[in-house]
Amino acid sequence: MRWLLLKDLQILRRSPLLVALLVLYPVVIAVLIGFALSRGPDKPEVAFYNGLAGQSAVVELGGDRIDLAQQGQRLFDAIDPVRVNSRKEAIQKVRDGDVLGALIIPRDLATNIQSSLEPGTVEVYYNAEDPAKRQFVENTIKAQVQTANGALTKRVAKEALQLLDLISSGGQYTFLGQSFDVLGLKRAESILSRARAELPAGSPERAELDRVIAFGKLARENLSFSDDVLAVVGEPIRVKATALDGGTTSLTSFAVALAVAVSLMFITLLLAAGTLALEREENAFARLVRGLVSKTGLLAEKAALAAGCSVVVCLVMMAGLGLFVDLDWGRFPLWLAALAVGALAFAALGLAIGGLTRDVRAASLLAFMLCLPLAFLALVPSGAVAPVLYDVIRAVSAVFPFKPSLDALDAALNDAGGLGGPLLHLAGLTLAFGALGRLALRRFA
Amino acid sequence: METATVTLAARELVKRYGDRVALRRVSLSAGPGELVAVIGPNGAGKTTLLSILAGIQQPDEGELTVLPQGVGWVPQQAALYGKLTVEENLFLFARLERCPDPRATVDRMLELSDLRERARDQVSTLSGGNRQRVNIAIGLLAEPEVLLLDEPSAALDPRQRSRLWEFILRLAGEGTTVIYATHNVQEADRYANQLIVLADGERLFYGSPRELEQEVGTTGLDFEEAFVEFLHGRGH
Repeated sequence: MRWLLLKDLQILRRSPLLVALLVLYPVVIAVLIGFALSRGPDKPEVAFYNGLAGQSAVVELGGDRIDLAQQGQRLFDAIDPVRVNSRKEAIQKVRDGDVLGALIIPRDLATNIQSSLEPGTVEVYYNAEDPAKRQFVENTIKAQVQTANGALTKRVAKEALQLLDLISSGGQYTFLGQSFDVLGLKRAESILSRARAELPAGSPERAELDRVIAFGKLARENLSFSDDVLAVVGEPIRVKATALDGGTTSLTSFAVALAVAVSLMFITLLLAAGTLALEREENAFARLVRGLVSKTGLLAEKAALAAGCSVVVCLVMMAGLGLFVDLDWGRFPLWLAALAVGALAFAALGLAIGGLTRDVRAASLLAFMLCLPLAFLALVPSGAVAPVLYDVIRAVSAVFPFKPSLDALDAALNDAGGLGGPLLHLAGLTLAFGALGRLALRRFA
Repeated sequence: METATVTLAARELVKRYGDRVALRRVSLSAGPGELVAVIGPNGAGKTTLLSILAGIQQPDEGELTVLPQGVGWVPQQAALYGKLTVEENLFLFARLERCPDPRATVDRMLELSDLRERARDQVSTLSGGNRQRVNIAIGLLAEPEVLLLDEPSAALDPRQRSRLWEFILRLAGEGTTVIYATHNVQEADRYANQLIVLADGERLFYGSPRELEQEVGTTGLDFEEAFVEFLHGRGH
């Protein structure tokens, strides 16, 4: 078997294009993913017209002073503002394609917010040429405006609560620099009670005062619930997130496992299917199995070659990714186990493909065509499709090695779930596809 | 017939592919240095017979009654790795054949096939004739008593064919039993000691080319015409 292995390595060495692809593939993938993970998307250029420029942008709410210009500055963490001098110029820049969008702060924003009668409105214009970036800008601006709204709402609610407390209990209130003494319901009730006591017992005014006192008491008692109501208005929907299933792997770490699993699949499937089909294409199969090598031995050699090459390539790829992403090298033995067992399962599948197709081109094409849908199906999340369809997808994913390989690599790389289950699953698939490949060799000569 | 000088003998071989009978009770034997040509129309069962003799397929009935020390198998299409050089192909199969001294065996085959100068060339760059010589050399690596060749000169030009037959005759001269299937009736007439004529899996004739001519009984015909006449006479 070792001589066959040596022969296949010699053939690989004589196929510079294939070897170049095998070497370049992980490097390019590693670099691309590394850049994708280490750098966020560039800040989109957004035209920014500040109508508040040159005038006071300070709003006084509940005794607090809010600088709207400072609040707006938060937006610039997510966008690259192109400052313009007018609303018209901002819109023109969007139309000309100079910027992705325009954000316009109107002149009356501060006044409207201060009045508490009308909402302050900011205008946003989009450039729809690039939907991905448009979505990004839209989401970014919406998120920032919501944040600002949240802060303002809390302050408005706080001021409203203070006013209600003033109505209920009375006290000092300052407006436009002048101080007022507000009586309040509580003190009014007290004054009315004293006035009632001084009236004659049979006086008809006494009954009238009783009604006023009862109203004041009722109003004061109900106003005590207003803080809860206003708190709800200030934060209409509260979100409590609870994860019922799934690990705690970050998107970055999962992306590494995914990239490695995809590479492992592509390389192993193509090599195993191609090298087995090549034996028939070169007419060497009959000569080999005529007592020189057993059919099972031939399959084992191809599996070892394909798995060995892909494991090496994937380790190189992981080393490349390690330059961009923190990988726990202390878990290296687990990586190796996941890679080796996953590669063997893919190799067995590749051998079945090579045995069934009996032609290098057909084998390569089928292997390639299988790869992408398998990866896609394995990544369909629950809830994204109808429950019945999701069950079908899970079943299909379970009979091919991609999903368990991804699970194994995720567990090995990120300590996400147990490694034993996926490895056992892969071992079962290796045996099943190995047996299928062996059967397929019956029609191989 | 099956004496001490017989290197390969088969009795009443039958092979079926589903309902189709590819071989119908075919027997043969061959001795050292003998050249046996298997001829017949397309689908006669020539390749099936050779593949059973080579051990690639098992007969449904019948058996090989005399098994040689080794059987070299040369398939119709060269079973070689195009990306490997001539020498590397020979080394690979010498090792797989477990030759005790692969280097010496490869050197001997390079001499025998007259391909020493092309030893470092990739097989994919060789002409069809040279490729067939490597193909045959691989069949000879284990120094088999019997060499089986399936259409060895197919797709070769006359010069390449001539060089190939020089090579095969040299092997037979050294005592190797050569059994070959061919469509080229002239090659059978010219080089074979014995002919096996197959049609629809049935052995119609087993003897020398001269015996075939005598059986046809016509004079003034060349061997190919006599062969066609023979088939007509047998309803083929």
